[in-house]
Amino acid sequence: MRARLPSTSLLVALAVVALTAPFWLTNPYWLHVLIMGGIFAVLALSLNLLLGYTGQLSLGHAAFFGIGAYASALTTLKLERSAWEGLALAALLAGLAGWAIGRLALKLRGAYFVLVTISFAGVISLVSVNWMELTNGPLGLPGIPAPELGPWSFRTKRAYYYLVLAAVALSYLVCRRLVGSRIGRAFLALRENEALAESVGIDVTRYLVLAAVISAAMAGVAGGLYAHYTRFVSPEVFLFTYTVTMVIMVVAGGKGTLAGPIVGALLFTALPEALREVTSWQWQMLTYGLILVLLVFFLPRGIVPTLSRLRKSP
Amino acid sequence: MTLAVRDLAVRFGGVTALDGVSFDVRAGTITSLIGPNGAGKTTAFNAITGYLRPSGGRVTYDDAPLTGLRPCDVARRGIVRTFQKTSVFPALTVTDNVMIGLHLRGTSGLAAILAGARRVLEEERSLRGRAGEIIALVGLEHRRDHVASALPYGEQRLVELAVALAARPRVLLLDEPAAGMTGVEKDTVSRLIRTIRGLDITVFLVEHDMRLVMGISDVVIVLNHGRVIAEGAPAEIQTHPEVIRAYLGTGGGAAGR
Repeated sequence: MRARLPSTSLLVALAVVALTAPFWLTNPYWLHVLIMGGIFAVLALSLNLLLGYTGQLSLGHAAFFGIGAYASALTTLKLERSAWEGLALAALLAGLAGWAIGRLALKLRGAYFVLVTISFAGVISLVSVNWMELTNGPLGLPGIPAPELGPWSFRTKRAYYYLVLAAVALSYLVCRRLVGSRIGRAFLALRENEALAESVGIDVTRYLVLAAVISAAMAGVAGGLYAHYTRFVSPEVFLFTYTVTMVIMVVAGGKGTLAGPIVGALLFTALPEALREVTSWQWQMLTYGLILVLLVFFLPRGIVPTLSRLRKSP
Repeated sequence: MTLAVRDLAVRFGGVTALDGVSFDVRAGTITSLIGPNGAGKTTAFNAITGYLRPSGGRVTYDDAPLTGLRPCDVARRGIVRTFQKTSVFPALTVTDNVMIGLHLRGTSGLAAILAGARRVLEEERSLRGRAGEIIALVGLEHRRDHVASALPYGEQRLVELAVALAARPRVLLLDEPAAGMTGVEKDTVSRLIRTIRGLDITVFLVEHDMRLVMGISDVVIVLNHGRVIAEGAPAEIQTHPEVIRAYLGTGGGAAGR
């Protein structure tokens, strides 16, 4: 599997735009949108590993996001450790949850896997509401500190933007290296033809669990980043809407592509905000829905695959 | 180095698909398993390769048991099978199909891959080279960048063969490799099977085309109603009274497709 990569000049241009964004994007509100877009990009990249490469639809992805958010928040608030340790623990705990889900869902594919993931997210969400001593229940956990690195603090939006940008770049790199390797090919083999994959010695169990663990750990890091950015975590992080948004981002951007989830994440984070500025609230979600329907209708394979095909055959 | 099947039985509820079957596939031979439709040929393949848990009996290769192993572990022992229905990785190119087949030949682990270690890149390059050789062996060089599902039927079957060969089989189980092929394509396949045997790979095939079977097999095993009714060289099988009765008695299954 040779991943179709964008040309070098395009990549350099994108890097320059991304690195200088806080300087020309003077409105702090739009910088906030960009940061949220980045956090969602990490989430979409992680979901894409499962949905786009192994072909398994996880509708409980918000659970890994939420576990990461709580893990990181509690590490700093209760254990009084640094935000970095919080992020590491977020990845670890979410990865562990991913392992459990992967094992549980092994015998279940398709609709059954989807149901297991939804139920899992439901259970975790209930725990976060009811385990008052740990999570403070529906009141949530306020006062989560921003990460600090030596003398620098990531308290400002501009600084945090760069932290999130680094996380997106790292997630992209992880996905790219995986996809271009024998592990990524094993993921694809599961999606394409499981029986044939087994016949050439691919251990379906092992690779399905591995994909779930990596995907969940990445979503956990995104959750941690979210917690230290908004400084507040409540059971709302487990909302089903988050999962649906992630799926929309992956599918509209182009599942099974490397750039698709990032494009989808940026577009569908910015779109509701842009619509808020140009239409009244009654029309905002309606227009959002309409745009989504049109996108899926005209670009069923997603934005990125369609664009790269246009570029190949001018 | 013999694939030994002993008293292999498979029952689905009240239906007995295999009723205590025993035979050997000796190293270096081309051995064929024939029989009328529903005789239990594909069931035998599934039970040998771990896709189906047999109700009784055992399978060993080189005296090590295969029964109870998962399909991927059977493949790890060098027993690789193909499928009766065309079975490729449809959305991927021919090269990527074969690269997946090479899975067991790669050794790169997760850490090295994530770190982008140089030996991972070197391994990728050498695997890509091997994929090219295997694609050339089955004669699909001109198709290497084509998506598998877009190829004509006969070529998809060759992709399937290439994927199986990539998994470095010591015994290759082919389930109706020539089914639905034209005469010319069948000749290509039988030539390929001989080439494969020349590569020190034992070939065990299920096939309906008698001309092909009798032309290339060293040993032919005949299955009927879940039992072995004859075993021997092609010439003996063709005149074996029991075999003739089995085929004519069930309405001419020997005509194949």
